[in-house]
Amino acid sequence: MTKNLRVKTGKVIDETYRISFKFNGKTYHGFQGDTLASALLANDVHLVARSFKYHRPRGIMTAGSEEPNAIVQLHKNSSRTEPNVRATEVEIYEGLEASSQNCWPNVNFDIGGINNFLSPLLPAGFYYKTFMWPASFWEKYEYFIRKSAGLGKSPTKPDPDIYEHKYIHCDVLVIGSGIAGIMAAKTAAKSGLQTLMVDEKSNLGGSTIYQNSENFKINNQNSGSWLEKEINEIKKLENLEIKTRTSVAAYHGYNFLLARENITDHLPIEQRKNKTRHKLLKIRAKKVICATGSIERPLVFDNNDRPGILLSSAIKRYADLFGVACGEKNILLTNNDSAYETAISLFQKGIKIEAIIDNREEVDSKLVYEVEKNNIKIYKGFTVVNTSGYKKINKVSIMRLSKDGQKVVGSKINLSCDCLGISGGWTPAVHLFTQSGGKLKFREEDQVFIPNTYPSDQISVGSCSGDLSLKDILINVPKTLKEFLNIKKTEYENIEVLSSENGSKRNIWLIPSDKVLGKTKSFVDYQNDATAKDIKLALREGFRSIEHVKRYTTTGMGTDQGKLGNMHALGIISETAGTKMGEHGTTTFRPPYTPLTFGTIVGRNVGEYFDIFRKTPIHEWHVKNNAEFENVGQWKRAWYYLRNNEDMYQAVQRESKAARDSAGILDASTLGKIDIQGTDASEFLNRVYTNAWSKLAIGKCRYGLMLNEDGMVYDDGVTTRLGENHYIMTTTTGGAANVLSKLEDYLQTEWPELDVYLTSVTDHFATISVCGPNSKKIVSTVIDDLDFSDENFPHMSFKNAKIGKINCRVMRISFTGELSYEINVQANYAKSVWEKCMEAGKDFNITPYGTETMHLLRAEKGFIIVGQDTDGTMTPVDLQMDWIVSKKKYDFIGKRSLYRSDTIREDRKQLVGLLTDNPEDVLEEGSQIVADVKKFPVEMLGHVTSSYFSPNLKKSIALAVVRGGKNMMGKKLMIPMENKSINVTISDPVFLDKENKKLNA
Amino acid sequence: MFLIDCPFCGEREQSEFKAGGEAHIIRPKQPTELSDDEWAEYLFMRKNIKGIQFERWNHIHGCRKWFNVVRDTSNDKIKAVYKIDEKPPTN
Ligand SMILES: [Zn+2]
Repeated sequence: MTKNLRVKTGKVIDETYRISFKFNGKTYHGFQGDTLASALLANDVHLVARSFKYHRPRGIMTAGSEEPNAIVQLHKNSSRTEPNVRATEVEIYEGLEASSQNCWPNVNFDIGGINNFLSPLLPAGFYYKTFMWPASFWEKYEYFIRKSAGLGKSPTKPDPDIYEHKYIHCDVLVIGSGIAGIMAAKTAAKSGLQTLMVDEKSNLGGSTIYQNSENFKINNQNSGSWLEKEINEIKKLENLEIKTRTSVAAYHGYNFLLARENITDHLPIEQRKNKTRHKLLKIRAKKVICATGSIERPLVFDNNDRPGILLSSAIKRYADLFGVACGEKNILLTNNDSAYETAISLFQKGIKIEAIIDNREEVDSKLVYEVEKNNIKIYKGFTVVNTSGYKKINKVSIMRLSKDGQKVVGSKINLSCDCLGISGGWTPAVHLFTQSGGKLKFREEDQVFIPNTYPSDQISVGSCSGDLSLKDILINVPKTLKEFLNIKKTEYENIEVLSSENGSKRNIWLIPSDKVLGKTKSFVDYQNDATAKDIKLALREGFRSIEHVKRYTTTGMGTDQGKLGNMHALGIISETAGTKMGEHGTTTFRPPYTPLTFGTIVGRNVGEYFDIFRKTPIHEWHVKNNAEFENVGQWKRAWYYLRNNEDMYQAVQRESKAARDSAGILDASTLGKIDIQGTDASEFLNRVYTNAWSKLAIGKCRYGLMLNEDGMVYDDGVTTRLGENHYIMTTTTGGAANVLSKLEDYLQTEWPELDVYLTSVTDHFATISVCGPNSKKIVSTVIDDLDFSDENFPHMSFKNAKIGKINCRVMRISFTGELSYEINVQANYAKSVWEKCMEAGKDFNITPYGTETMHLLRAEKGFIIVGQDTDGTMTPVDLQMDWIVSKKKYDFIGKRSLYRSDTIREDRKQLVGLLTDNPEDVLEEGSQIVADVKKFPVEMLGHVTSSYFSPNLKKSIALAVVRGGKNMMGKKLMIPMENKSINVTISDPVFLDKENKKLNA
Repeated sequence: MFLIDCPFCGEREQSEFKAGGEAHIIRPKQPTELSDDEWAEYLFMRKNIKGIQFERWNHIHGCRKWFNVVRDTSNDKIKAVYKIDEKPPTN
């Protein structure tokens, strides 16, 4: 039995184009141009949602992005399903499916509605107070709270749509295409500036475009027709770009703004194929003009939230723009002239108005006279005190306001209705202005916050700047533009304006009731169900700061950020606390202005494009040979290679054993490589490493430890002296970029006198490491014209060599404790050299191994990994690496910190080895180490940093940091795990080949 | 995201730069001769001003040069940019 409430052709409606859509499973019809909200209202569907806390029936309240109630889920059961969408912003298309949120099993019968009757038990801060204790119950509470709250459902499958990011640079950005925005855009573009104008709606012209009344005229034309001509004219301007359906989400400093351009959401699904859905525009504007308009204020009275209660301006918009009557028996409640504009618009279309309730006692206004002339009953000095109708309003109760507006007096009059429009005046939309860092001032006369100081080259014009009447806009916008754009003249000089409203207003933040406040439900924040009573309670409980009241009552914390009710919350706070409005400031408006989808935010950075990843030149070989990969920084490193039916553990055990028994091969190309040249290169190394470098002979390699100025280990690696003034430094894979940065910092800022040049060559060279007792046989086959004898090529030395015509640098250095050679070649030859090594090693069971085996092998030797065995709190002394700290050098980075009172403490955490009593028990990395589990609180002595089962030692080994561990050799400690305690003994961290015999095997 | 006028490259977006903390903290020439307190003063103590602050910045995704910036931390307005070996502006 749906009624058709379509009254007259609306301005943006194409009645020749009928569209069917589904809402809560039922099929409805609308027209091209409708929003979901206007189409539902045309079908007399008001009840569209349940409120968040009390699950009260809620209807469409606004006609814009400020909508608090009509929050719907789109595209049921699909990877495109989208929660928290405002029905007022969704344009309907053939096949649209939407459903209500916050209700179960359905919007008409909602079990959570029982909260409404329990509401005396659910005051502000209820969740904080009730669910705080006992803390361990929180998990259980949370489950039920989440279930009953329900903010829609997120899709469970990947988003199939395409999103993009786009950078835009312009001279002037105009936000908003209402009358002020159009005037600004035209003026800017005509003065030769590259201008971009954006508007969140699908059509231009704001609220003036549908103003068709004799009461508002510009140069003797209806203001709507006048604006239409302006729009037609600016569309022809070449240096003006106009983007509709584009909402500015964030306004950052330096005129950097983010906007979401919605490209396909209004199209039928089949027309969206291969099109970008949203673009995130990153706009850098030399100048910004905010023409963001204003938002009508609701009024706060008992039961002001029923379906069928809308903002008065929304009723007008639905009638004028969409040809939809929100009700057949309308009542308007107002404290200013705006509602009369709505009334005039409605009766022009033949929509019935039962009465207007005006808070003001006496009004001298042409608009009021015109309404009176049309025999509409106006109750002056009255207010609505209550409403009834569960799923839709059917009655209002009105009473006379006392002279001071603090009470209602006299007897109650009941008026029946099916729609109530409310108007509490206007709030300038200053959200973006304040996001940019702008400061507001409070205008007492009409109780509004308006822009005061601008933090960047920007200006606000039109109603967002506080010019709330047509006359003010037409007088002030040209003036402001002339000054802002530094021009002499606009096209809007000597314009004639007729603007009939009277600016008077009787502002009452909380409308009095015949009931005590505790018995009323006067909503301030509709979306979060925060009432006037809640705010007063917060004040009674001692909250004073608006930011605290906001969090305690959740006012303004919904997805709408309280666009409607924040001002009332402020008003009620200052009235109750007896302070002045302006003193409290406002809560902070944070981006985004309206919610953005994740898709828009990430753009094309999804899937494999989520982050850059770096591959070594040998990567394809690893892939072909069944490598699993590990992420190290942005690198993909071969982790281990699976053979047959192995699991990771088996693969690593096999690889580790093969490397020590015969030969292993590792792709070490990811290690950072920094080429260091200059006459002061040696001196520079002396200053950045803990050990001495001046005496290192050409052709020799040395391990170095780099500290931060605080004495903590920062990075390590082997550096080779290639020539008198030429070194090549290796860094850890993850530390490469930071080490280069740090070295550059010291060179540029502390030691500019040093003649040193740094070049990152990480990507230019690939590194192939061959280790094991048979490594020499293999490498000498590949490099056949080099003398590999220990005399010519000892441990820790380097040779230039050739493989055929390929130049390479060979270092005899070892991170495994085995005899080992590192071949560095130009990256593009790396794969062929790797394959040559594999070929030469065939008879020796040469085994490619990954990072996991590398970690295991070095742990057997007690070599640290910076970042795994250290965490930025370990000095070389803590690591038992005193040997690498030069006593002779006068200074190096971090030296002074090594003998601060804190770093010389004996009971610092120190690196030790751990052996489990049961050699089969492998410890978990990160597990805590204790001495006594019976004494509470249990004292934590340290934790396990590296742990493996060593196939070469046939037992479990671990490295750990333990408080005072250096002096605890042989001591028994415990590692408590979930079901058992593991007994361990502190040992030397070097588990294998202490004498380094293998290096020269 | 503010814009920084790199003295070597010109105006670029903040994302190309790395912040390097307070400027004009000079590494002591003879650290070994400092007391723990004096060394700690150099190592740890930094100002955190609301207002005009002298800072180091590095054009890390550009010319990689370090330079100094005078920034009002209350509104991110950059008052001056100068090279590392130049004297800070006085006014
Ligand atoms: Zn630069």
